[in-house]
Amino acid sequence: MSPDTETEMTVREAVSLALNQAMAQDDRVILLGEDIADPGGGVSGVTAGLSTAFGADRVLDTPISEAAIVGAAIGAALEGMLPVAEIMIMDFIGIALDQIVNHAAKLRFMSGGRTSCPITVRTAVFGGLGSGATHSQSLEAWFMHIPGLKVVVPSTPRDAKGLLTSSIFDPDPCIFVETVLTYGARGPVPDDPGFSIPLGEADVKRPGRDVTIVTYGRGVFDALTVAEQLAPEGIDVEVLDLRTLVPLDTGRILESVGKTKRAVVAHYATTFAGPGAEVAATIAEGLFGELLAPVQRVGARFSPISSAQALEAATLPSSSSILDAVRKTLDGSRG
Amino acid sequence: MVTPGSEPEAASAVVQQRMLEVMALAKACDERLRKGISTGEFLTVYWPSRGQEAIAAGFAACLRTDDRLVTTYRGLHDQIGKGVSLVEILGEMLGRQVGACRGKGGTMHIADPKVGVMLSTGIVGAGIPVAVGLALAARAQKADRVVAVSFGDGATNTGSFHEAVNMAAIWQLPLVLVCQNNQYAEMTPTAHSMHVEHIAERAAAYNIPGVTIDGNDPMEVYRAFTEAVHRARSGGGPTLIECLTYRFFGHFFGDQMAYIPAAELEAAKAADPVLRFGDRLVDEGVLTRSQVDGIDEHARRQVDEAVVEVLASPTPTLDELDRDVYAGVTER
Repeated sequence: MSPDTETEMTVREAVSLALNQAMAQDDRVILLGEDIADPGGGVSGVTAGLSTAFGADRVLDTPISEAAIVGAAIGAALEGMLPVAEIMIMDFIGIALDQIVNHAAKLRFMSGGRTSCPITVRTAVFGGLGSGATHSQSLEAWFMHIPGLKVVVPSTPRDAKGLLTSSIFDPDPCIFVETVLTYGARGPVPDDPGFSIPLGEADVKRPGRDVTIVTYGRGVFDALTVAEQLAPEGIDVEVLDLRTLVPLDTGRILESVGKTKRAVVAHYATTFAGPGAEVAATIAEGLFGELLAPVQRVGARFSPISSAQALEAATLPSSSSILDAVRKTLDGSRG
Repeated sequence: MVTPGSEPEAASAVVQQRMLEVMALAKACDERLRKGISTGEFLTVYWPSRGQEAIAAGFAACLRTDDRLVTTYRGLHDQIGKGVSLVEILGEMLGRQVGACRGKGGTMHIADPKVGVMLSTGIVGAGIPVAVGLALAARAQKADRVVAVSFGDGATNTGSFHEAVNMAAIWQLPLVLVCQNNQYAEMTPTAHSMHVEHIAERAAAYNIPGVTIDGNDPMEVYRAFTEAVHRARSGGGPTLIECLTYRFFGHFFGDQMAYIPAAELEAAKAADPVLRFGDRLVDEGVLTRSQVDGIDEHARRQVDEAVVEVLASPTPTLDELDRDVYAGVTER
């Protein structure tokens, strides 16, 4: 395959390809996680084939020991390895929080730069499958609050590959949040093993004039749906995909909303004290007086996520709740 | 409870002297720190390891420079044993630029990779999973270094301990698990917080060797460490060594120790492992009394000189706040 070719694939395949190519090009890359080795190949099949290709020494199937999975990744990283730890479902990451928050995030700083911790923690949000409150949460805001961590949430297959490659080779600890319900989304992905997307750069997934939906991850797909739904009405929606929450691309947020003068911030994390609060504050600080309507926030309700389908659907955001929010910015506007 | 097998070689006279030197240095450093804090000469927070020096002597005698050590907030003796300079340790504790981490880590977080001290953690139990990763890397990098991880009795009640020991066992990693059982987990007696008599029994749950030793006897420490290090380096996997010892000054310096029976403390202090080892080396003809006194004097002089250098060093500048949060800024 020539370096500039692309292949159509799913997000799942794109994540797998990034892992495969990183392992092929650099011996320092190792994987640790529960059930990740063949024949299981991971609970979502993301790591299928990798232990067969690279051996059990580099694809380490671990006990159900989240603290030790991340702790071991940290120790290996201190020795110059580039470990990728998998926390199967994001709700399980609480068990590893001490290692992530008190160790991975702080070791460079606390050692005065003598040690560093280039780990990637891959995890996946299982919301939307009726699994209930302990298997459905989007907890990325927790990690945005900790200096020293980078927080990455891809949407498209192309972004998933490019951002994961950057995360693996990044010198700092990265929390890489996948979304099970978008694993099947398809799109073109560069074949080039060297392809990567810099962390900290938001991406305009759809340009528009009237209102910006600032979102990331699964929200990007909803936002694009909303944009299509409103287009016939002559409402031109811009979709800004943050891609990384830390570093947060405040420049592109202000650039986009500075142009449209209306903003909706949407994500599957809880609205209250969610990532959108930081984005809304950034917009208020940078564009107060220029906005034509108050910034609207859309996220999960402030209640545990229910299992019953009707209740879960009412807890999580959707394209229709985002669409309602967009209309509010237009209805209540001064423009 | 000692694992059967060939008896490791006893420490040579040179090694015994080296062990006494490390113990004397740790003792002198502790004494100087407590004096400085008590008199208001300087300010720091300190979790004293006075009384546990024989274990640090084991690290000094049994580990190579490229072997790794993970220790804890009560790590002064361990760090000295592994070869971190006094100026770097004291500088870090007193928040000066000459400190190991330029004052950004503090007493609990001293790291010095050039002598193998990869991490000192302030979180009980948290160093053990990290040590598993260090050992994993040694294997991946085809290096024959081993990893020692030091922790207290309280750490063996954490999930981190059990997750990590299990992982080290299934992967048969080159790891030496050194439990410094000083009888108290912070302010709670060990007997109140576990249903086993010996922490070493916990090794059985993971099918790895576990031994309980007198952690105040450097010769016993030497024998047990030598055997465990040899096992780790030759592919025999991890060993849990429970070193029975005692803290002379409680959980933190300033701890009123109301929970410690006075007679128990007095008995422990009367059996001071540093003084006892010096006496023993004199009795056995390894050193003369004046040599032992000389080692003690030299240790105190080294510490005094280090304190002078540290107090002359400036405190960190505010640009440090943004430095080392992420990569990409000047590193030392």
